[in-house]
Amino acid sequence: MPSLFEIRFHGRGGQGAVTGAKILGDATRMENKHFQAFAHYGAERRGAPVMAFTRIADEAIRIHSYIYEPETIVILDETLLEIPSVQEGMNEDTFVVINTTQSPKDIKIKGKISTVDATKIALEVGILVAGIAVVNTIMLGAVARATNIVAIESVKDAIRKGLAGLPEKVIETNVESAQRAYDELQMGY
Amino acid sequence: MSKIVSVTGNHSASWAARTAIPAVIAAYPITPQTTIVEKIAEFVENGDLKSEYVRVESEHSAMAACIGASALGLRTFTATSSHGLALMHEMLHWAGRARLPVVMPVVNRSLGPPWNIWVDHTDTMSQRDTGWIQFYASNNQEVYDTVLMLFRLCEDPKVLLPGMVALDAYILSHTFTSIEVYDYEEIIDFLPTYEAGHWKLNPKDPMAIGNIAGPEYYYELSYAVHEGFEAARKMIPKVEADFKKHFGRAHGGFIDTYQCDDAEVIFIALGTMGEEAQLAVEELRNEGIRAGSARIRVFRPFPAEQIQTLAQKAKAFVVVDRSLSYGHLGGVVTEIRSALYRSGQTIPVQGVIAGLGGRDVRHTDIKKLIQLGFDVADKGEAMPDIFYGLKR
Repeated sequence: MPSLFEIRFHGRGGQGAVTGAKILGDATRMENKHFQAFAHYGAERRGAPVMAFTRIADEAIRIHSYIYEPETIVILDETLLEIPSVQEGMNEDTFVVINTTQSPKDIKIKGKISTVDATKIALEVGILVAGIAVVNTIMLGAVARATNIVAIESVKDAIRKGLAGLPEKVIETNVESAQRAYDELQMGY
Repeated sequence: MSKIVSVTGNHSASWAARTAIPAVIAAYPITPQTTIVEKIAEFVENGDLKSEYVRVESEHSAMAACIGASALGLRTFTATSSHGLALMHEMLHWAGRARLPVVMPVVNRSLGPPWNIWVDHTDTMSQRDTGWIQFYASNNQEVYDTVLMLFRLCEDPKVLLPGMVALDAYILSHTFTSIEVYDYEEIIDFLPTYEAGHWKLNPKDPMAIGNIAGPEYYYELSYAVHEGFEAARKMIPKVEADFKKHFGRAHGGFIDTYQCDDAEVIFIALGTMGEEAQLAVEELRNEGIRAGSARIRVFRPFPAEQIQTLAQKAKAFVVVDRSLSYGHLGGVVTEIRSALYRSGQTIPVQGVIAGLGGRDVRHTDIKKLIQLGFDVADKGEAMPDIFYGLKR
C-alpha cells in the first residue's frame, strides 16, 4: 500500500455509500491504520447520485481537502457508469470495482476493472431497505479482494461492528454476502 | 476505561459532552451542527448521559437557557453554527459580560444569502468581540480534547468566561475518524466538578444580576472581562500541559508550529487548512525550501506575543483567512499586522483570502502560496491582498 490510499464510492442515495466508506475505514483501523471517511455533501435524496470517500494511511492523516485521484473507485450501481464524474481522476492503474451483471472485459473504461453482481446477491438474501437492494457491505468484500488493501476478515469484523444493533441474523447475512462477493469477484487484471 | 470510537467531528463534540457531564444542555439544531445535539439527545434518552436536556425554539433561547443554568452555578453546554450563532449574538455578549463559563462547539459554516452550508469562518469571526474565548480545531481528536480543556479553562475562578471551539463544516463535522474517549471518572482529576465560587443564583438567598450600572462602573466591568482574558492567557499553557500529563496528548497551545525554527516563510491559517499546511511544508522542505507552518489555535485571547516571536527569524508571513471583513481584509491578517506594528517588526505579511463557502484548498495550493511568500520576502514588501482562486 502507498503511504496514502484513497477510495471513492459512487452510489445512489439510499444505497449506503457513506456507511460503506465508514465500515471500510473501520476495517483498516483494525489493522492499525488511520482513516477518514466522508461524503460529498450536497442535496442528498433517495436515488440521486452520491459520492463517499475513504482515505487510509499508515500515519495520522493531515490532509483535509477533497480526493481527486483515488487509487480505487467503487461503483455501487452500474447505471452510474454513464455519469462523467465516475471517470474523473481515473487512470490505467486505478482499481475500478463495479456492481454489475457484466464481466470486466465488457466494461469499456480504463483502469483495473473487476465486477460482481452484488444486486443479485442482495436480492437473493434479502438485504433490502424500503425495497431497494443495499449493496454497500456486500461490495466491501469485493473491494478487499480487488485491492488487497484490507483482509476480508477485518471487513467482516467491521461489518459486525458497523451494523451492531441490528438483529444478529441480518448482520450475519451481510457478513456472509461480503464473503460471497469476495469469492465471486471477476478480476480483469 | 478509555476506548477508541469511530466518529465524526460532530460526534466527537457529543462524546466530549458525554465525558464532561454538563448539568444542563440547551440547544437548537442547525445544519451542519445538528448531529452534535441529536447524538447528545440519544445519550440522554438512553441514560448514558445524566444531563438535563432542554429543547428550545431558537438559538437565542438556547443561549438564554444556558445563561440561566450557568448562573445557577451549573456546568452548561450547547452547540450551534452559522445563522444559529448569529441569532445568538445578543446572548453571547450577555454570557461573556456575566462571566458565565458556558462551553459551545461551533461548526464553522458560511452565512447566506445565497444558501450555502459549507465551511467558512465568517460566523465565528463575527463574534470576536462578544467576550468568548475562541479555539479552532484541526481534527476530531482535537475537537474532543478542546471541549474538555475549555470546561477546565472557562470554569477556572480567575477566568470565568464562556468558550467556543470552532470546527470546519463537513471537513470535520461529518468526517469519520477514530478518536480516544474517556469516562468522567478517568478525567475527574483533570476536570473536577464545577463549583461556582463567585456568585450564583439561589432562591433561598435572592439576588439580582444584570442590573443597571452607570458610567461610574460600566468601564471597570468591561476591564474586568478583559482581565478574565488575560487570566485565560496565563492558564491556557497550564491547562494544555496538565491535559498532556493526564492523557498524553497536546495540540500546540496558542499556535501549533511546524518547522518554524529556521523557516524563512511561515504560512499561517486556522483549522483544518492549518493542519494540511504541514504537508505543503514537508514537500517544500524536501526540495530544500525553508518553509514553516503556524496554525493559530487560540484566536481569543489573541497570541500577539507568540506571533512577534515567530516574526523574529522569519522573512515573511503568508496569512490565509477563510473569511472576509468586506471593505477591509481578513480578520486574522489584521490582528497579525497589528501585533507586529506594536512591536516595531516590519517583515512583510501577505494577506490571502481563500476557501470561502467550502471552496477546497489543497496542500498544493498552500505550496503555491508559500512560494509566493518567498517572492514577497525578496521584495521586502507584501503585494495587495490576494483573493486566491477567485473566478473573475
